[in-house]
Amino acid sequence: MKKIFSRPKSLKKAVFHYCPGCGHSIIHRIACEAIDELGIQEKAIGVPPPGCSVFAYYYFDVDMVESAHGRGAAVATGIKRAYPGAIVFTYQGDGDLSAIGTTETLHAANRGENITAIFINNAVYGMTGGQMAPTTMLGMKTTTSPYGRDDRFEGYPIKMSEILGQVRGTCYIERVAVNSPSNIRKARKAIKKAFQCQIDGLGYSLVEILSPCPTNWKKSPVEAWKWVGEVMAKEFPLGIIKDTTGKSDAD
Amino acid sequence: MNKMLFTGNAAIGEAAVRAGCQCYFGYPITPQNELTEYMANNLSRRPGCTFIQAESEIAAINMVYGASVAGVRAMTSSSGPGISLKQEGISFLAACQLPAVIVNMSRGGPGLGSIAAAQSDYHQATHGGGHGDYRTIVLGPSSVQELADLTYRAFEMSDKYLIPVMILGDGMLGQMMEPVEFKYEAPEVLPVRADALRGAKGRPSRFVRTFTSNPSELEELNWSLFRRYQLLQKEEVSFENYLTQDARLIVTAFGIGARIAKGAIKQARGYGMKVGLFRPITLFPFPREQLKELAKTTSYFLDFEMNMGQMIDDVKLSLEGAGEVSFYGRPGGVIPTSTELLRVISRIYSQKGLG
Repeated sequence: MKKIFSRPKSLKKAVFHYCPGCGHSIIHRIACEAIDELGIQEKAIGVPPPGCSVFAYYYFDVDMVESAHGRGAAVATGIKRAYPGAIVFTYQGDGDLSAIGTTETLHAANRGENITAIFINNAVYGMTGGQMAPTTMLGMKTTTSPYGRDDRFEGYPIKMSEILGQVRGTCYIERVAVNSPSNIRKARKAIKKAFQCQIDGLGYSLVEILSPCPTNWKKSPVEAWKWVGEVMAKEFPLGIIKDTTGKSDAD
Repeated sequence: MNKMLFTGNAAIGEAAVRAGCQCYFGYPITPQNELTEYMANNLSRRPGCTFIQAESEIAAINMVYGASVAGVRAMTSSSGPGISLKQEGISFLAACQLPAVIVNMSRGGPGLGSIAAAQSDYHQATHGGGHGDYRTIVLGPSSVQELADLTYRAFEMSDKYLIPVMILGDGMLGQMMEPVEFKYEAPEVLPVRADALRGAKGRPSRFVRTFTSNPSELEELNWSLFRRYQLLQKEEVSFENYLTQDARLIVTAFGIGARIAKGAIKQARGYGMKVGLFRPITLFPFPREQLKELAKTTSYFLDFEMNMGQMIDDVKLSLEGAGEVSFYGRPGGVIPTSTELLRVISRIYSQKGLG
């Protein structure tokens, strides 16, 4: 019998601690698939953030180092500069990358640091209990925007990927989602392409992934998947934001 | 002996290069810019080495953290306000037991303060500085030569004990020029730590982390750090005794303050006053036993600092009530003269009937 599906080699055999319907476990898996396909498990160094995915090192079977909140891009810069032979990636949430770590992210991108960011956008602070994030939708209720995010007081959802697209040091930025089998396949391709950019030495690459957080959104997993497509993707349109590689597809 | 004229800041840079420092990350702030500039000139184009002018002090210390994880010798430098920003990163370095060298060429505070030399960051430096139960090794040089020597020692100690090391200088020390001899040559092959994260090739994957949901595990880490601090106290304290043997009054001072104190003590000796100096070189671990030893031969101490009295706490804790401690200090970046200190010494000497 032909084996057509198995656990990725770079994904540890462990039970995910993530909530039912959470996007992290899917993203971990497809990132590991990309790592396997490119054969970079032995070179990869991941930088997970504080937050739900702080335990990413229990799942990724690659070297990993925890970063302080928001500092992933600076830590990754230090690793890559000290040891350019590594394939360095950060795994960052929306609060991490587009609030507390905006400066580190923007400047690492602007220096064209040859690193890859996997940017999870679920519109809330997950681990701390569902507070408003910089990417929270207008009108969306969170524990710190209990009346719904109001632009008069809380401003607008920030589009870091578009901002980073303006920066010359970035080579590839795409926004994807993990809310349907076909979108998950696209997300895997995008992650693989982002790693390929780093292998080719092209500069800073980033994949933003719209990811469901059913627990904090107070929705069922199915409702959360739908909400990603029907609401989030309207504010954060899917697709390539910047691509200087000249290749339309990683495959 | 091949002596060269160097500013203190540049001497640290040259000493770091010779110690095999591979990565330097910094951000401009006075009075330590000569060090950042020296590294831009001498490290940025050196094969295998990296210099980055970071976007902030926070980014710089986190780059140091990344480079240290990857196993190379890395350093950053700043002054007062910038050192405050680095504290988050220093706490993480301490928690992950990663070596790093951090230089503070301190200036007057609090706040933006002044850019003049001061010693007001002693508490921050010697008590960890950031959140959590940890210390860094703190070295307090008082000459350009000592800056060079201690920079080399800082890298060695940090690698040996896996504890970040802070060199606590000041704006005067950083910017004055003195002849200095560099006692070692840069290594041909840059050192890489055995426990570096460089990809899981030929070994299982590893992770470096600080967070745990298990308090007992964290307690173990704290115990392990504490045991190392005890070991440091036993193995690594250094200090200078200057004319203390027959002294009836001993001045305690560190760094540039000790240089001023020495001038005052020389003058006092000229007037027949038996005054000596005890200068801690390692500020953490503080030479507690060695200071207390002096209380066997004298009962009067004068703590002198360029702040409102910070090291005096360590002096009193070391003496455990064995001597009477007076204090004289000038905060805010005011540089006291040795003549000024001589007046204080003379007053105490006569008031206590030591003559």
